[in-house]
Amino acid sequence: MNRQAQAAILFLTGAALLHAGLTNLYLRYVKAGLQPLLLASGAILILASLTTVWYEWRGRKPKATETQDPNHNPNHEHEHAQEDGHGHGHDHEHAHREPRISWLLVLPLLALILVAPPALGSYSAMRTGTALQQPYGYNKLPATGPLNLTVVDYAGRAVYDHGRSIAGRQIHVTGFVALDHTGAPYLVRMALNCCAADAQPVKIALTGKVPPVLEPDKWLEVTGTYTTRQTKDPVNNGPIPYLKITSAKPVPTPSDPYDESWNQ
Amino acid sequence: MKSPDVKPADAKAPDNATPAADAKSPDKQPPDAQSPAAKPGDSKSPLVLTLLLLSVVLLQGPIRGALSAPVMQSWMTVFVAVLVQALPFLVLGVLLSAAIAVFVPPSFFARALPSRPALAVPVAGMAGAMLPGCECASVPVAGALVRRGVTPAAALAFLLSAPAINPIVLTATAVAFPRNPEMVLARFLASLLVSCVMGWLWQRLGRTDWLRTPERSHYEGPSKGAAFWNSVRHDVMHAGGFLVVGAMAAATLKALAPASWLRTAAENPLVAILALAVLAVLLSICSEADAFVAASLTQFSLTAKLAFLVVGPMIDLKLFAMQAGTFGRGFALRFAPATFALAIVGAVLTGAVLL
Repeated sequence: MNRQAQAAILFLTGAALLHAGLTNLYLRYVKAGLQPLLLASGAILILASLTTVWYEWRGRKPKATETQDPNHNPNHEHEHAQEDGHGHGHDHEHAHREPRISWLLVLPLLALILVAPPALGSYSAMRTGTALQQPYGYNKLPATGPLNLTVVDYAGRAVYDHGRSIAGRQIHVTGFVALDHTGAPYLVRMALNCCAADAQPVKIALTGKVPPVLEPDKWLEVTGTYTTRQTKDPVNNGPIPYLKITSAKPVPTPSDPYDESWNQ
Repeated sequence: MKSPDVKPADAKAPDNATPAADAKSPDKQPPDAQSPAAKPGDSKSPLVLTLLLLSVVLLQGPIRGALSAPVMQSWMTVFVAVLVQALPFLVLGVLLSAAIAVFVPPSFFARALPSRPALAVPVAGMAGAMLPGCECASVPVAGALVRRGVTPAAALAFLLSAPAINPIVLTATAVAFPRNPEMVLARFLASLLVSCVMGWLWQRLGRTDWLRTPERSHYEGPSKGAAFWNSVRHDVMHAGGFLVVGAMAAATLKALAPASWLRTAAENPLVAILALAVLAVLLSICSEADAFVAASLTQFSLTAKLAFLVVGPMIDLKLFAMQAGTFGRGFALRFAPATFALAIVGAVLTGAVLL
């Protein structure tokens, strides 16, 4: 791979990172807190691409470099040998080593620009055990009216607080649908600490007036009440509380599909 | 990949020749004299790249269809996620490494580190605490340190300790184990211990010919700015390619391996430690996040989790690929198994004392 191609890949990778960081696309893959770093690294990659083109262009004008700084010509010459991949001496090995592996950088570029894969959904959720952990404490809830809880919050209160703060209240929870091999429905939110590679599901089993047709990965806002019933996740024996639902309505995918409450 | 012995007939300089010795009397040749001769094979890559991008754009319908299976989608999401997460840290490491290589004179390290390698190893290991980031940043920086004349034993101790003992990672560990603050201390001590032992081990047993001393050539340039950006470009393209290999491996594991295997492994305490150590290698999670994953493996003992936290930042698939790229395959094949074994021993010993 010569330098023009390298510059092109650097530029496209930088632009893809900027694009992902400036839209909500990056939230499908990494935590929200990484945004400034993504934007900065995207800008640096673009800068690296532009400087590559700039030095390449200056290198093409031998007169200019020669008159400016004749002493450095040997190094400059050397660069050329390396870049061309047919240079002399020990560069040869190196010039063949670098280009081959660098071509792989095209893959994430294509994946990010053309496919932009969705956030992890029911497939990963049902293969991984629920990651519910005992909360450090419970936020105070409003005394009256319906409660808006996250999947993690509901599951934590239901399992570890025995539903004390939520029993008898009307509860709204938003998550995506996942079905286990028997077809039993779960409402799931993936909790994430850094990137999707470490994302883990927290699951609520649904009972009550479950809609007759549920499509995996569709986002729902369900309304229901606490029930003492619990089950075990077959994957890791983790506790899964039930929610007795009275109604469910489809909602669009939230801008941040993951639960990041563990990051705070 | 061509083997190093395939060289043009005129290659007289040995592998470790300095760039200056290599470029033979270039003053007599205008710089562009050799470029046209070299062009035919070389000028194709922009064309190949353009054709590749064009054909993928034209075929994106069928490609998307083939990728719509849940397992493929999950694979791609993890693949992209590992890269998007690692790239900022790789760029940070590459910038630091370029700065070390171009702006910091070798004499600085000679003064900063004790001259006796046996002492330089723990000092460099402790210095790892100053590189805030994950393991992707430490590989290029360690490469630059070796190039700058730091004794390899010390640079390797730094390479191993930096991703595990910096404040960000230790804070994340404390947050992930709110009920076991001793995990933070155990992780710090075990990681530092293993890095130093690996450094000393290298000093005693390591041979310089195992280490392919990274080329110096791309740190030269008509000016410091050119050398800096040249180094950044080279390292991003180079280490980035290896990062892609590691991300593919990690995504494959995450998308395909059934999690129920872990439940079986957790039942025997010794198997549990080995299982989590292997898992740390295969998952290749960023060291800033691995504590949370360890915490969620509730059925495992604290010592097994400690092994996960000590092994992961030192050696995993993506690190192995990057180390092979930076220091050579011969080095990585020897260094990685030794690190893996020592990291487990270090974690078990520390766990026995502290946990």
